[in-house]
Amino acid sequence: MTMRVAVTVNGTEYAREVEPRLLLIHFLRDELGLTGSHWGCDTSNCGSCVVWLDARPVKSCTVLAAMADGRAVRTVEGLERDGQLDPVQQGFIECHGLQCGFCTPGMMMTARWLLDHHPDPDEAQIREAISGQICRCTGYENIVRSVRWAAKHAQAGPDANGPLA
Amino acid sequence: MTDGPPPGFGPRLRKEDQRFVRGKGTYVDDVQLPGMLYGAVLRSPHPHARILSVDTVAAEAHPKVKAVITGETLAERNLAWMTTLSADTQAVLATDKVRFQGQEVAFVVAEDRYSARDALELIDVEYEPLPAVIDALRALDPGAPLIRDDLPGKTDNHIFDWEAGDADRTAAVFAAAEVTVTQDMLYPRVHPAPLETCGAVADFDQVSGKLTIWVTSQAPHAHRTLYSMVTGLPEHKIRVISPDIGGGFGNKVPIYPGYICAIVGSILTGKPVKWMEDRSENLMSTCFARDFHMHGELAASRDGKIRAVRVKVLADHGAFNGVAQPSKYPAGFFGVFTGSYDLEAAHCAVTGVYTNKAPGGVAYSCSFRITEAVYLVERMVDVLAFELGLDPAELRLANLLQPAQFPYTCQTGWVYDSGDYPRALRLAMDMAGYEDLRKEQYSERHRGHLMGIGISFFTEAVGAGPRKHMDILGFGMADGVELRIHPTGSAVLRISVQTQGQGHETTFAQIVAEELGLSPDDVEVVHGDTDQTPFGLGTYGSRSTPVSGAATAMVARKVRERARIVASAMLEVDPADLEWERGRWFVRGDPDQGQTMAQIALAAHSSLELPEGVEGHLDATCVYNPPNLTYPFGAYICVVDVDPGTGTVAVRRFIAVDDCGVRINPMIVEGQVHGGLADGIGMALMEGIAFDADGNCLGGSFMDYLLPTALECPSWELGQTVTPSPHHPFGAKGVGESATVGSPPAVVNAVIDALRPYGVRHADMPLTPAQVWRAIQGRPLRTDLAIT
Repeated sequence: MTMRVAVTVNGTEYAREVEPRLLLIHFLRDELGLTGSHWGCDTSNCGSCVVWLDARPVKSCTVLAAMADGRAVRTVEGLERDGQLDPVQQGFIECHGLQCGFCTPGMMMTARWLLDHHPDPDEAQIREAISGQICRCTGYENIVRSVRWAAKHAQAGPDANGPLA
Repeated sequence: MTDGPPPGFGPRLRKEDQRFVRGKGTYVDDVQLPGMLYGAVLRSPHPHARILSVDTVAAEAHPKVKAVITGETLAERNLAWMTTLSADTQAVLATDKVRFQGQEVAFVVAEDRYSARDALELIDVEYEPLPAVIDALRALDPGAPLIRDDLPGKTDNHIFDWEAGDADRTAAVFAAAEVTVTQDMLYPRVHPAPLETCGAVADFDQVSGKLTIWVTSQAPHAHRTLYSMVTGLPEHKIRVISPDIGGGFGNKVPIYPGYICAIVGSILTGKPVKWMEDRSENLMSTCFARDFHMHGELAASRDGKIRAVRVKVLADHGAFNGVAQPSKYPAGFFGVFTGSYDLEAAHCAVTGVYTNKAPGGVAYSCSFRITEAVYLVERMVDVLAFELGLDPAELRLANLLQPAQFPYTCQTGWVYDSGDYPRALRLAMDMAGYEDLRKEQYSERHRGHLMGIGISFFTEAVGAGPRKHMDILGFGMADGVELRIHPTGSAVLRISVQTQGQGHETTFAQIVAEELGLSPDDVEVVHGDTDQTPFGLGTYGSRSTPVSGAATAMVARKVRERARIVASAMLEVDPADLEWERGRWFVRGDPDQGQTMAQIALAAHSSLELPEGVEGHLDATCVYNPPNLTYPFGAYICVVDVDPGTGTVAVRRFIAVDDCGVRINPMIVEGQVHGGLADGIGMALMEGIAFDADGNCLGGSFMDYLLPTALECPSWELGQTVTPSPHHPFGAKGVGESATVGSPPAVVNAVIDALRPYGVRHADMPLTPAQVWRAIQGRPLRTDLAIT
């Protein structure tokens, strides 16, 4: 049995015939080829799969593709605007906020959401915001600094890079 | 030419980040090939059971199933068993018995992921459960169930006995010592748990006979050789590609049954086969770490001079001895348990046993079990301080090796290359404000608050290793590199080691840049593809910089010398009259007469007449055989607050002073340290793979196997000293595992220090709230302790 699911992902509408049980993360990765979002744990613990569903971060390993029908999804591939990196992306580069890069897309999606709602978060707010996600490489310090960098450079494009963090 | 920042070493943003922040990395599960099929593994629910039958008829009838592979299928091809990295055998798919919960029993290949999983439910396996060995301490009991009856003549669960040091001399020092202390401690079973689980895409071309396998491997060349040995495919017909790897930490060194099954699946179906394990499979079946039951002893004088250390270890290796470590060292480098201290004698005896648990033992950034060694000695030093009423910092300062003692041969024969230990510890104490912390602790204790200050001083031994001492399955641990200089002066470096997040594409370019005066942007680093890179044993044990980094410097120096010949022809002077300075050769005494590397590269590819016997071009290769290991070290101080009502530990501060020799890219070094410190908090306070009495794994998901989040980690306070390695080409030592090795004892020592008003001397990791709460129950609280 399959069903038709139509989802707007990063501004483009995609319609696919899928099994009702198909997870959103597999829909994005396997059906649409958007492999920037990762799968890491099955149990909503690691957050490698975080994407936005109607402008809220969700763990797409525990959302069915069917639940996204008629709704809007934003993934890491949708962070860049007109060839310019989002300040969050630039911040992760500037502050060495990533190592293996596997958790990074999910972390950045949460960070973008945080900054949209709290443009100048302090360290505690940032740690709280990403506390549902796991990074095995960075010990979180540089992720916090990356988000702070993005807050400071909210209006600036990648040309306005600060000095090395 | 001579002004401006040096082109090589220093903080530098990472090249690889450009693709990662855009979601354009390529991890194994991102690989999509036309016609690709998906595999799934059926696993044993029992820790120990005889297989009576495996019925695959219903699974094979599933409309989307293309193949079902069982142990019998593999046995017909002599593939049911494979060699492990410790030269044991491991079942690929079980034929006779299952020996741990989660062991691989059958493999389904289907058109999609979900159908492959569905079909697993259709396989009917009849088991006869057998009594299991779960407690390693009972594994050698007479009458213990025999796990490895597949091994000819095997009558017990014993794997090896190994010892180091001088037993008699150590016994004599202990007999004469004024003070001895003894402590049993368990370094629990933990798991590296990289966020990307293990997996592979195998693509066997039936026409050419060539196998291409994309695989989560930290050691692609070693994997290629092993796949050839296991499958019988000729090695030149195997290409291993390790694309972007989502963290490794030792988990991705071994070969796993799923990889072999994917290969066989592709051979049988003629299609590419992808297999990615899920998180439970990763935690329950792949290489765990530690599981060391240690009985430690220290001998000392009454005033705190440590004289000898002795330890007995029972090592739980699980059902197959699958650990990855140099052949001569069945207990890894645990022999460095003498730590950072000047001792008269030392002895250790390690016994390895089989149990009905997943195979492994050496993983999780452990530097071949130096994690266990450092934990043992650093806990024992604190136990001694506890018993003698001494300050643990002062006790360490009184016993640390002194700079003049290097190179220092420790009591078990390891030659520490260089160090200034007291300087590192004093720096950490200064950064922490150690005296003020002790005063604060004193007043907090009077108010009934539990504040703890923990210290750890570690010596690492990394960069395995010298070929005459170190091999894995007979393969020496030297690594090759190849450096090509293009006519326009840019370069391609091909390396055998494999980044899993360490940033090799940046740091290895910086090494070439430092040596040849090029911009790192003009050096492309190629890795992760055995068809494109020279042989080497891969990245683990913090060996990339000490071994392949050294090889890179040496090959660049070869290129430099070749450039000198070309420059001498260009300038029409004798090569001996040329001097090198940051990217150019010039005539001694006439600096204006010179040629840059770019000019030389173009000339090397031109019709310029070169001396007799010089063939042109600048390309070079090198194999680096390290003369010794390198010995990074560090001093860590952790400050915790413990809630006596709940047993909850909060890490307030963590001060880490690392000395890893010369730093190529300090930004990346600090990132490596950050990650390892978080590991230490995880292991000390949260992580543990336990089993119930029936052998059920209790740590099989991230709901049960707890990893630290941003809320458990403080903002790290880092410091550094730089003591170059005297034998490494540019004085580097390696740093990838230092913090994972050094931080757990600092955290545990801090918690135990916090519990001192209750008289607690030791408690085993993980120091969960329940574990801490249990440790203080029934103990009277003293608030009148003096400042130690």
